[in-house]
Amino acid sequence: MLKPSVEPTARRSREPSSVPGRKAVRVGPVSGVWRARDVFVPLAAALALFAAVVVNTGRGDFPISVPEVVDVLFGGGDSASRMVVLEFRMPRSVVGALVGAALGLAGAIVQGISRNPLASPDILGITAGAGTGAVAVIVLGGEYGSVSGPLAEIGVPAASVLGGLLAAVLVYALAVRRGLSGYRVLLVGVGVQAVLSSLISWLLVKASIVDAGRAILWLTGSLNASTWDNARAVGWALLVLLPVALVLSFPFGALNFDDDTARGLGVRIDAARAALLVTAVLLTATATSAAGPVAFVALACPQLAVRLLRTGTPPLLASALLGAAVTVWADVLGRTAFGSIELPVGILTAAVGAPYLLYLLARSGKARRT
Amino acid sequence: MTETVDIKDLAEPGPGQPAVRLRAEGLTLGYGDRTVVHGIDLDIPDGSVTAVIGPNGCGKSTLLRSFGRLLKPMSGQVLLDGTSVHAMPTREVAALVGLLPQSPTAPEGLTVADLVARGRHPHQTWYRRWSSEDEKAVERALRRTGTYELAERTLDELSGGQRQRAWIAMALAQDTEMLLLDEPTTHLDLAHQIDVLELVGELHRETGRTIVMVLHELALAARYAERLVAMKDGRIVAQGAPEDVLTEDLLREVFGLRARVRRDEESGSLLVIPLGRDRDRLEATV
Repeated sequence: MLKPSVEPTARRSREPSSVPGRKAVRVGPVSGVWRARDVFVPLAAALALFAAVVVNTGRGDFPISVPEVVDVLFGGGDSASRMVVLEFRMPRSVVGALVGAALGLAGAIVQGISRNPLASPDILGITAGAGTGAVAVIVLGGEYGSVSGPLAEIGVPAASVLGGLLAAVLVYALAVRRGLSGYRVLLVGVGVQAVLSSLISWLLVKASIVDAGRAILWLTGSLNASTWDNARAVGWALLVLLPVALVLSFPFGALNFDDDTARGLGVRIDAARAALLVTAVLLTATATSAAGPVAFVALACPQLAVRLLRTGTPPLLASALLGAAVTVWADVLGRTAFGSIELPVGILTAAVGAPYLLYLLARSGKARRT
Repeated sequence: MTETVDIKDLAEPGPGQPAVRLRAEGLTLGYGDRTVVHGIDLDIPDGSVTAVIGPNGCGKSTLLRSFGRLLKPMSGQVLLDGTSVHAMPTREVAALVGLLPQSPTAPEGLTVADLVARGRHPHQTWYRRWSSEDEKAVERALRRTGTYELAERTLDELSGGQRQRAWIAMALAQDTEMLLLDEPTTHLDLAHQIDVLELVGELHRETGRTIVMVLHELALAARYAERLVAMKDGRIVAQGAPEDVLTEDLLREVFGLRARVRRDEESGSLLVIPLGRDRDRLEATV
């Protein structure tokens, strides 16, 4: 292939070849840009997550000290604390971490491909779709609040994924006529979300009082009754989809530009966007089936990551880790900050996330004025 | 209209006849059921600077988009080295043809260096994202466009002219033999327009790149392009050397404009002195 540019060599040899702000890391065929922040922020988030898990696990009717929890986690401890930590308390934190990571990652994906920092799986109706599926199983499948066994283990996640996918397909079909860009997708998402909310209300009215109570608790987003079973679906989803997302982060970077520019760079934008969207839907739906719709994690964590890493595009890995850390810390706060009252994690994330959303709106208004 | 040219002829041009690597054949383009470009045949000579001119809505940007594979033809085809661009993989086209859209948008807070580095996308893979070739090409593009000193600034900190130079640097880093520029001078004042067009001219002289651009400023198009293509209502009205295309008759015909075309003795460039709209023609076309 012809190389079009023959550069005058004198100019090149005068200065060492380098591009400011883009230090390289190169190992064999693998290469990338080295930024200290890209390593230290995820590392700090992982440490914060570990601390949250340890603190969360130690709390309870039978308190266990921090060193003891750490001891158990690294394979030590006596059998009583091992049982309490690993069997009873660990699932709660692990489910929280997995749900947070899945939501953070899904939020980063959705914000990137819609090029809108205010977008999230909630706004696109994916969460509502997943919620509708899960509520349908809880209400229609159980007798007086007794969804259990395979129905709870497979039925709820499966219905969530199905509901989330259906909502996404509906949004996609209604919005796709002019490509997937811009505000059309978001507007359609808000509409679909409204329809699904009324569907959920209808299901709740139809349900028995016990089922409805359970469904409402579930709809606020709670880690309260988490078991290892709850972790399974979202755990598998993350195990498979996190590597997929890291590969897809390559076209993802270009999708943050306008469609013409992205296509001009050789990105098959419709295929890449669809793959990313399906990834986000699967993550959101499995996370929702595990703990209910935990509000604002998917919206706020990618934006937090963008600010900490000072990048233009929502960073995928950092958003996932921050999502996990924020969710487990929110659970710790919800369980301990209000004395004997234990608040579900979804209320805490909403209480922190809503003002943050307002702050974002105010800031973007200010930026536009100057 | 339908000269059938053998592909062999394209690869080996006759003496005195420049090679043609990019061409449109019976190209009809549109959006939905609205046809914008009607069966155009157009050859872009290799290593030339071509400017497409014409009134708003004449289909010049649409034509450029289809050259860059952004728009699928309703009929006809765009041939790149004898193959339809729509039959080629997107990445392969992107490694040969660079494109700068009319008003490109980048994510907020992106630095100039990161923007320009994005131009390397067609040469990268998911695990090879910053090779030493990438680094060299980006440094070259930054230096050549005079944006090296701005590399660590974010796009929103730049002036309009600087920002446009940064975008051109991105297209340059793509290292393609053909470059399509859709109104690269919009929203710029005259000095910055000249700035951008001088840069385009330099690129062409130093690297022999084939450049096709859509321009509004007629005198500037005549000054910086070797060939003009004048379009009206989705058809090509005239093409050739600027002094042959940019005539008083053509301005009347294409733009409905009464104007005087003069040559400035000192610089040798063409001047367009508008006198007013051509009332008769205006009424006839509206």
